[in-house]
Amino acid sequence: MKEKIKKIVEIIGLPRIIIFFFIGSLFVIAPIVGVRIDSSLNDVIVRFGMNGILVLSLIPMVKAGCGLNFGLQLGIIAGLVGAVTSIELELRGFMGFFTAIGIAIFIAVILGFLYGILLNKIKGDEMVVATYIGFSSVSFMCILWLLLPYKSPNMIWAVGGSGLRTTISLQGYWFHVLTDFLKINFGSHIVFPTGTILFFSLLSFLVWAFFKTKTGTAMAAVGSNAYYAKSCGINVNKMRMISVILSTVIAAIGIIVYQESFGFIQLYLAPLYMAFPAIAALLLGGASIKKASIKNVIIGAFLFQGILTMTPSVMNNIVQSDMSETIRIIVSNGLIVYALTRKIERER
Amino acid sequence: MELKENYLLKMEKVSKSFYGNKVLKDINISVKYGEIVGLVGENGAGKSTLMNILFGNRIIHETGGFEGKIIFAGKEVSFNSPFDAIDAGIGMVHQEFIFIPDYTVTENILLNKEPTKYNFISEIFGDKINLLDREEMKRRTIEAIKKLDIELDPEMVVKEIPIGHKQFIEIAREIDRKSLKLLVLDEPTAVLTESEADIVIKAIKKLTAAGISIIFISHRLQEILNGCDRIFVLRDGAIQKELVPTETNPREIAEYMIGHELKKGNLKAKETRKINDTILEVNNLWVDMPGEQVNGVSFKVNKGEIFGIGGLTGQGKLGIANGIMGLYPAEGEVKFKGKPIHLNNSKYILEQGIAFVSEDRRGLGLLLDQPIFKNITFTAMQIKEKFIKSFLGGMIKFCDDQAMIKITKEYIDSLQIKCESEKQLAFELSGGNQQKLCMAKVFVLQPELIFVSEPTRGIDVGAKSLVLDTLRQYNRKYGTTIIMVSSELIELMSICERIAIVDEGQISGILPPNAQPEEFGLLMLGKKIEEKEGSVYK
Repeated sequence: MKEKIKKIVEIIGLPRIIIFFFIGSLFVIAPIVGVRIDSSLNDVIVRFGMNGILVLSLIPMVKAGCGLNFGLQLGIIAGLVGAVTSIELELRGFMGFFTAIGIAIFIAVILGFLYGILLNKIKGDEMVVATYIGFSSVSFMCILWLLLPYKSPNMIWAVGGSGLRTTISLQGYWFHVLTDFLKINFGSHIVFPTGTILFFSLLSFLVWAFFKTKTGTAMAAVGSNAYYAKSCGINVNKMRMISVILSTVIAAIGIIVYQESFGFIQLYLAPLYMAFPAIAALLLGGASIKKASIKNVIIGAFLFQGILTMTPSVMNNIVQSDMSETIRIIVSNGLIVYALTRKIERER
Repeated sequence: MELKENYLLKMEKVSKSFYGNKVLKDINISVKYGEIVGLVGENGAGKSTLMNILFGNRIIHETGGFEGKIIFAGKEVSFNSPFDAIDAGIGMVHQEFIFIPDYTVTENILLNKEPTKYNFISEIFGDKINLLDREEMKRRTIEAIKKLDIELDPEMVVKEIPIGHKQFIEIAREIDRKSLKLLVLDEPTAVLTESEADIVIKAIKKLTAAGISIIFISHRLQEILNGCDRIFVLRDGAIQKELVPTETNPREIAEYMIGHELKKGNLKAKETRKINDTILEVNNLWVDMPGEQVNGVSFKVNKGEIFGIGGLTGQGKLGIANGIMGLYPAEGEVKFKGKPIHLNNSKYILEQGIAFVSEDRRGLGLLLDQPIFKNITFTAMQIKEKFIKSFLGGMIKFCDDQAMIKITKEYIDSLQIKCESEKQLAFELSGGNQQKLCMAKVFVLQPELIFVSEPTRGIDVGAKSLVLDTLRQYNRKYGTTIIMVSSELIELMSICERIAIVDEGQISGILPPNAQPEEFGLLMLGKKIEEKEGSVYK
């Protein structure tokens, strides 16, 4: 019996079991301190749908050996440009949503290409350099958000100002187009966002299928052993480039889904720290710097969002002060430190 | 009793096993005071292991220590670490120089043992804050240089000194130590020209006058003959012969190095096969592979032949295969089936029907964290588009796992790969089975020419013969040309039709497998000796 438990712990991983029990205990405490379980559960599901694709976007780069994409903000920027452009064009509903995605993909391919050139020149140091690419690109965009010639009165500063606002409401454009698509109501407090989950599932399937194709397996081989790949005649730089572009494109789609569910486009410094929670979620799901799978994405996004939604509500009700942000930062950054420092399992 | 006193170092019945593999057997070596003893042997004969034992290197303790006795300066010793050995008065000069390039000769020689002068701050912070005594440092450097009887400016910055002189700094660093009694020189002349090497030999002869004994390891037989008082020839972990230079010649040494019993093995009747079409023609190939530089080799390989490439480590035999396969920058003309082919493009080379079993199984040959069937089929899928299901007119190419597993099962049977299933991960297999995996990977490609590099390195004896048999059978069955690169001459002789020996990045000769072992030995040790001897093997 003891052996069996040990084995299960080994397979699932101790961190995930601890977090799982932590969230479990929060759900137990919740009704005692007056937090509704059903609405909490709903929050977890909704936030899972919002963030899942951003976590998924990390997969191609990890698989190709480019490490965790600390430069996720590049994809987010592409997504933001897509979103504001679609609003500028006064497109609404699914039309607006998909136009935003289309434009975002176009920009993400260009940004991903440039990002890929850079990452190919600094093999081995991807993660450090990517972090600063992410930070600096967000700051650079702060200038552009002011200068870009967007005219829609819903987006620019009020009373004759110019430049885009920090927060732009999607109400009346494509707010909740996915979330409300085929939504299912359970009782009064649970609304299952079928559209968002379906969209996430579709993208997950595409990524999974991609890694079953010739190009996908070649990419995984590059990540697994670049020398082997080279000796098999695979163009290592090209594969890495494709992985970076893919990651950037998926991140761009991810942020648009996030906004669609959240209801607002947040510009300027909002994307600055967006990479960390996504990476923390993936690591929490059991991925390492070199290995990640769709399973890691799903488990990780769920557990991580579970912590994020449950701790604030429960904790705040217990200690009567706002601990949520502190806990969130400790958990997400702690996880990243843990993953970066631990030895890769089973490496010989 | 008196006789014992005569010897500075005696190693008696020293044996050592690595993981049950006996690499040294009952070695007896003695070094007298002020004597230069030469140590020669092929790569893997056990020279470095022997020196590691003498120095008490960690690897020896970690792998279970050794048997036998070491008597140094009249006392039985067993050093726990190289630092103990250095304290006892043993010094080592390595093949590669390790210096701080921006420091002067003096600073490098006396690094971390500088004479110091007191100053008042030392009262507070201790000796570490003492000033360097520059005068004394210079005096000691000059003294050490004088002992070697060479010209060297003690104030010169090391990076500006020609490579030939750098070796002296390394030696001077050792002889500066007052306690030095025994100096081990591990191929000190490997990177030097002949005239530079002569100076080194002269310098170390000077040292013996001061009572320092020397163990001299080298692959250049002429140096050994010129410099040493006695020579020990090591082969397969045993001392084959103790020789005195005045009574021997390079040919005899080479013979002891390579061994006699090879001759017997070759008497085995070889079927004569008609082989005459040239399949590969290499003209003036240069390859920039670190440590295995190739400096303009030319050779022809016939269709259906098993062609061997041998030579000592670091002479460039690995560079030939790696260079043609496009893994390292290469230059020159290579014709395959009469047509010139482009170099430096692995994919193109593979598409031409040339495949490679790398010497670096774990680094380059396998996807260790992937299952067996992926390892075997991956290259064929990428290059030949086998095991692929196409959709939308070839836009989407999915891997056909079923087909992959099917062919993998066939190879697991035919090559007797020991594994739990075709889905087992590659790193869980033993060395021999990993090697079979590498070969299966290449066989799936159905190439016309296979480069096989060090196929038996790091695998046990049983697996070795299986690997060689597999290669031979494959060659006979499909008429595939095989170029086998190996450090093990005996293996090359057992399966090759012709064997080229590489020395200093060039082919020093091509011999049939039934040639005399000492002829191979001489080719391996360089042409220069041949010329001096007046014999021609070309």
